[in-house]
Amino acid sequence: MHLGNYLGLVHESEQELAEALRKVGAHHADEPDIFQICQLLASWSDQHVQQLKPFIKKYSEDRSSEPDKLSRTLFDEPRKGSLALMRDLHDLWLLSNEVELCWIVIYQAAMALHDKELEATCNELSGQTKRQTAWLLTRIKQSAPQSLIVAA
Amino acid sequence: MEETRDSIADIWGERTPQYENWPVRVDQRLTEEPDHWVQSACVLCSNGCGMDIGVKDNRIVGVRGRAVDRVNHGRLGPKGLHGWVANHSPDRLTKPLIRRNGKLEEATWDEAMNLIVQRSKELIEKYTSGAIGFYTSGQLMLEEYYTLGVLGKAGLGTPHMDGNTRLCTATAAAALKASFGTDGQPGSYTDIDTTDAILLVGHNMASQQTVLWMRVLDRLEGPNPPKLVVIDPRKTATAKKATVHLAPRVGTNIPVMNGLLNLIIQAGQIDESFIKAHTVNFDELKKTVAKYTPEYVQQLSDVPADQLRAAADILGSTPTLLSTALQGVYQSMQATAAAVQINNLHLIRGLIGRKGCGIYQMNGQPTAQNNRECGADGDLPGFRNWANYEHVKELGRLWNIDPDKIPHWSPPTHAMQIFRYCEQGSIKMLWIQATNPAVSMPDLARIRRILAKDDLFVVVQDAFPTETTELADVVLPTAIWGEKTGCFTNVDRTVHISHKAIDPPGESRSDFDIFLDYSRRMDFRDKDGNPLIGWKTPEECFEAWKECSRGRPCDYTGMSYAKLSEGSGIMWPCNEQYPDGAEHIYTDGVFNTSADYCETYGQDLSTGAAKPQDEYKAEDPSGRAVIHAVDYEPPHEIPDDDYPLWLTTGRVVYHFHTRTKTGRSKELNDAAPEGFVQLSAEDAGKYGITEGDWVEVVSRRGRVIEPARIGEIEPGLVFIPFHYGYWDKDDRKRAVNELTLSEWDPVSKQPHFKYAAVSIRKTDPHSIREKVLSTKDELVEVVKGVVETVKSKL
Repeated sequence: MHLGNYLGLVHESEQELAEALRKVGAHHADEPDIFQICQLLASWSDQHVQQLKPFIKKYSEDRSSEPDKLSRTLFDEPRKGSLALMRDLHDLWLLSNEVELCWIVIYQAAMALHDKELEATCNELSGQTKRQTAWLLTRIKQSAPQSLIVAA
Repeated sequence: MEETRDSIADIWGERTPQYENWPVRVDQRLTEEPDHWVQSACVLCSNGCGMDIGVKDNRIVGVRGRAVDRVNHGRLGPKGLHGWVANHSPDRLTKPLIRRNGKLEEATWDEAMNLIVQRSKELIEKYTSGAIGFYTSGQLMLEEYYTLGVLGKAGLGTPHMDGNTRLCTATAAAALKASFGTDGQPGSYTDIDTTDAILLVGHNMASQQTVLWMRVLDRLEGPNPPKLVVIDPRKTATAKKATVHLAPRVGTNIPVMNGLLNLIIQAGQIDESFIKAHTVNFDELKKTVAKYTPEYVQQLSDVPADQLRAAADILGSTPTLLSTALQGVYQSMQATAAAVQINNLHLIRGLIGRKGCGIYQMNGQPTAQNNRECGADGDLPGFRNWANYEHVKELGRLWNIDPDKIPHWSPPTHAMQIFRYCEQGSIKMLWIQATNPAVSMPDLARIRRILAKDDLFVVVQDAFPTETTELADVVLPTAIWGEKTGCFTNVDRTVHISHKAIDPPGESRSDFDIFLDYSRRMDFRDKDGNPLIGWKTPEECFEAWKECSRGRPCDYTGMSYAKLSEGSGIMWPCNEQYPDGAEHIYTDGVFNTSADYCETYGQDLSTGAAKPQDEYKAEDPSGRAVIHAVDYEPPHEIPDDDYPLWLTTGRVVYHFHTRTKTGRSKELNDAAPEGFVQLSAEDAGKYGITEGDWVEVVSRRGRVIEPARIGEIEPGLVFIPFHYGYWDKDDRKRAVNELTLSEWDPVSKQPHFKYAAVSIRKTDPHSIREKVLSTKDELVEVVKGVVETVKSKL
């Protein structure tokens, strides 16, 4: 059974998302909103990591190397220039989508296993992940015209 | 001199006890006998009192309240009775100024306007109109906002337009949109006359809207007085009259409101049939607030559990309820979320849309409502939804332009983001009107740095020299209230006309004429090649605005200049259905939430994430109010070892904003000549501070020195009024916004002025140490400015 694999994947992806949100928040603290909202969204991912623990134990985590591959390209160095925020938000959006997809996959498995608790957890946590993605998309849409067209 | 009362010594005047009928009391202050009177309304707070201007020899010689007016029944407050003298202040700006070789020098209108137009055209050519931003006001007239809105959206097509209303009423608008689908106040001021209970949340009405408070005081002295629940961390004049006063720790409005809602739900004091027929999402609220027991609320907010219960007893059992909110909600943590809980309280109890059951999501400024209605704050005119392409097309038809010219591709840019774009250099021209961001925005050192940037062309339109005009590249002198004709709308949707009483001084011109001149010089045209803006007078503009408002909640089609000049103000909607205006809206429990009518598809109240159109349509509330439930989030900056106290900011009764007008009245200025820091006796004792001592207040962003005022505030909290800047006194740093945070509410984008962590200590501003420190502050500012310039050039 590979459910443990996927739980490991979402676990790492959530950790990575939290860390990336904090980095981006700190890099762009001069924006009126980025620092606060990134802190808030990161705290949600932290909470998800905690809530995942009993299931990881139950399905004996088998760690996947997948998210590491993603992380190498993202957020190593603070990006500079007017496009930096846009690019960082873009990459955060990719990460949160990674998490969102993991929840869908795990939810399917939970239903097949009749693991009601895991189903409920998937539902609750994926709802918050969607809110993370939705904020990123809103902010990306707001930034895009100014960064791509007007800024030097 | 004929003065009916001393409003400085006795702010609210003599009582005229009332129930249902508020007696007339005409307040008047004259310095000479006028030749004639001119109909107007007051612009020195958001109340909108009807007022006549007394004129003699082309000068204002006094004012009197209009007895027939529905808002004030003749009364005026201290600011209204005294503030008009500013019109004749000898330091009015009377000629355009252009910065040449680093200095502002007098210029002609042609030179000034040509320079602005030339710069605009160059920037559009090189960078698109996204390089031009507008930061406007809550002080202009409806016709000025509408003209500005049209030239910005249909002429230039820039999304960067906001007002200082972002600092004062943005949350009112956001909360009304979130709950009811569009902006628009459900209440009427007459609700005060009969209501059984009043809830004031973060709203010191006694000080902010003195005439509205007179109406409340007269109820308290009359038969069947209402019960008052006041939520405020300070023991204000309002709080002193409370039946129950809750004094929460700053930043904890959500726990307190959730706690009240929970007690009311638990007690079964809800209107289940109203909830079922007229709202969505109640179950979510019930679930979310369930954990906010009085004990848990006490733990988070320091409000004693029994006091919360006492407040809930009143709010849960009263047959009618009037609620109001202001900056204690709007400028605090979780602003929109908390303001929405007040709406929820009325929804779950079914107390809305009828006599005695109002909600005032108060405004801070006299014409803020018009800024929001006319689209000068980034929203589309007529409460249209920028994310609804049908609404954009409507405007395209109305203005006879390609709808895609109207910036609707991304959310409008809000004030702090506009300043951020200026800081980063992508906005290269910022046009400021009738507002003073160099004192009123948060984190002033940063704002000064931005306005002083070499690559930012700053145009400032004002009647007085201010801290902001000092930093301008072009200054345009303006005519103000009393010197031009126009309309404005207050919190209870009452529209007043204010006629021109006297000529403006020198060469100053109305903002309206300046906008028309700019449009003409820019040669903005419609699809058929005709001038985009066809109107030439305020009245013609009002007629155009009526068409724009047709069929929208703020429907003005039944009004005219003639009708507005007949006597009292008129409430919107005013149309065929309501020829004399409507006292209440939502009387049938049908709200403006249907997908094709609403002003917004909604936002996540914690993050501000926009809900997409298709998602909204899938669960179209179709006229039912939307209940939003939100959990508590602690503020982002909290006291620690280095900065152990909370700071909050606010007003004093005698001043308005940065005192550009009230500071020029001798009486008002003598009554409140200087800033102060208010602290509790406990904290004063701890720091060895006595009344009147100089106190240094430091945050992570700056420091100020203020004299101490002790008492009537919770321990651990200090308060500094926000009015005081540097135009009349520059001996030390004293503007509280040197200290405040550059962050905002995620939904309304209103800055968080109501909390910051600070340290305090007793000091002497004239000591060597202070001189050294303030020199150091100045040096740091200069160095930061240089660093920014170098950075932007790299």
